[in-house]
Amino acid sequence: MMSLDFILATFLRLMAALQVTLSVWALSVLIGAFIGGGVAWMRLSGVKPLEWFARAYVFVFRGAPLLVQLFVVYYGLSSFPAVRASVFWPFLRDAFNCATLSCALCTAAYQSEIFRGALAGVPPGQVEAARACGMSSFLLFRRVTFPIALRQALPAYSTEVISMVKATALVSLVTLWDVMSVALKIRNDTLVTYTPLLIAGAIYFVVNYVIARIFIFIEQWLSPHLRSRSV
Amino acid sequence: MDWLTALGFGERGWGPALLQGAVMTLLVSGAGLAIGAALGSLVAWAKLSGVRVAGAVGEGYAALFRGLPELLVVYFVYFGSSALLTATAHLLGVEGFVGVPGFAAGALAVGVISGSYQAEVFRGAFLAVARGELEAARAVGMGRWLMFRRVIAPQVLRFAIPGLGNLWQVALKDSSLISVTGLTELMRASQLASNSTHKPFAYYVAGGALYLLLTAFSDRVFDFAERRATRGMRREAT
Amino acid sequence: MPESEGYALTVEGLHKRFGSLEVLKGVSLQAREGDVISILGSSGSGKSTLLRCINLLETPDEGVVTVAGETILMRKTRDGRSLPADRRQVDRIRSELGMVFQNFNLWSHMTILENLIEAPIHVQKRPRAESVQEARALLDKVGIGDKANYYPTHLSGGQQQRAAIARALAMRPKVMLFDEPTSALDPELVGEVLRVMRSLADEGRTMLIVTHEMGFARDVSDRIIFLHQGLVEDEGPPAELFSNSKSERFRQFIAT
Repeated sequence: MMSLDFILATFLRLMAALQVTLSVWALSVLIGAFIGGGVAWMRLSGVKPLEWFARAYVFVFRGAPLLVQLFVVYYGLSSFPAVRASVFWPFLRDAFNCATLSCALCTAAYQSEIFRGALAGVPPGQVEAARACGMSSFLLFRRVTFPIALRQALPAYSTEVISMVKATALVSLVTLWDVMSVALKIRNDTLVTYTPLLIAGAIYFVVNYVIARIFIFIEQWLSPHLRSRSV
Repeated sequence: MDWLTALGFGERGWGPALLQGAVMTLLVSGAGLAIGAALGSLVAWAKLSGVRVAGAVGEGYAALFRGLPELLVVYFVYFGSSALLTATAHLLGVEGFVGVPGFAAGALAVGVISGSYQAEVFRGAFLAVARGELEAARAVGMGRWLMFRRVIAPQVLRFAIPGLGNLWQVALKDSSLISVTGLTELMRASQLASNSTHKPFAYYVAGGALYLLLTAFSDRVFDFAERRATRGMRREAT
Repeated sequence: MPESEGYALTVEGLHKRFGSLEVLKGVSLQAREGDVISILGSSGSGKSTLLRCINLLETPDEGVVTVAGETILMRKTRDGRSLPADRRQVDRIRSELGMVFQNFNLWSHMTILENLIEAPIHVQKRPRAESVQEARALLDKVGIGDKANYYPTHLSGGQQQRAAIARALAMRPKVMLFDEPTSALDPELVGEVLRVMRSLADEGRTMLIVTHEMGFARDVSDRIIFLHQGLVEDEGPPAELFSNSKSERFRQFIAT
């Protein structure tokens, strides 16, 4: 049970499944960033119907558990004959696509709030100075607003990205063979409880640790202006 | 259409079951939050105590549960506590498998996760209590327990309310994962309903809507609590 | 229009309302090339608003602004609001005006040098090498040449403001606008900024300065405009105004 062979075999099987975990994670974070950007833009647009939609979107996708959202997309949508007959079916019949889509929609809500907060945190004086120099709206966004907002968003963004790694464990419940479901399968097959779960936990933990360190590195690289300097 | 009538089913067949599930969700989340509060204040105290070992243990605990998926923790606590209970039962001569009830395991899992975040909330809230007030309490001759009861605890709670409101919502959502233990909270109730009626969309959406209701209601409650708690307090930067 | 010929900057009949509060009630001024004009007045007199209407950081409800002979075109929306007619013209005219803010407003994610070359390169489309060279010369001129690679947060208030002045100068502006440039500075740092401003005036720059520094206004300006509750109460050369102004309020103002 605790033999080195078993531990090693379990570790290798779980590492193979890591690919699924990381694929779902990376795609959903990326797609979520685009959707989230769109929702944030709507929220800040000044157009009342768009703002209302954005607020409703954030409320729904942040208020409902991800598990419910996954099941609605995976089990719920596929139950409609209309969906099965539609052009989307080849896409939606695949569990990976459903899971990634659902995770993307969920993280988009959190990311849009991060973007919104970061944009609001850009000092208005620096925006005015850019305008006073004759910068067009696009130039202003590209050279001043976005860089400053990006740096402000990094800590919260890092937290959200790591949350998504943890959230991908739920795709085990919609038939995907990620690290979580493989670990459970090993447990069911061998009746060894702790080892597969502990190794799975260690893998998740290390992945999250690495991601956290990468973000810290990026923050330091982008923010020499916040570090103290011997003047 | 088909699913519109299915929602009508809610009143006739599965509505009460979903509502019962919602109540169970509230109970297990509440229990989890309470366990988390106990653990969290312990860890906050450990970090604030200045004792390096205690602080390190606290840090480790927080870091551990920030890096592990919630679902994994639920499984681990559920299987692990059941295994522990079974082993203990075997020592006492009881045969077979003894499972820990889903409620206990679920609340413990949610609590252990929540505690790691609550520690930060309490620590921050404690640091926000003006040192002057503590000094004034000491100057007046308040004993440590009295000072804790009358000055520290109320103030810490006051500052902690926004963070706790957030963590409550997190606990509500995490509680949906307890469905894997078989506990009939809202998620599991939705699952049973949808499997039985073969109308997954209707019942998962209905379940989701109930979660949203719980969320919206909780928002109101915590807003009210925050306003009441900060009566008379000078507002900082608006 | 004939009145604006030969002037670096003219403002005619400026009105500005914020909600129900009318802050500017019809203000006009003319600045010839090389004029240094100080705008004085108590809080709420509308001095900052006047300055900010010139480069359209605030949009005037009525009135005409003309910079180096070019009039900023305005239009009215259906609900009666005033808006600039041509965004590109506004951007272009802004690039010919240099503004120095009370709170410096240096871009925090860029070094001082990068702050200076940002607009010349990206707005005025000047070559990078030339912009860098000019920027370094300007930094030397304002006395912080060695701080080119520092970030704004690492500089004192006085150094940041001098950098902000250099940044405005880097745009080769026709007119410079100063919005209470020393109001946010610790007293001991005010002098270094006023020294730089004085040398600019001596060079013959056209400057419009909203300030509380009355000694400076008196010594350095060609003309002083005294604003009270949105109207020009008095204006003229400092010697005249400070000795016998026809405005009772101005005499009270300088007495405090």
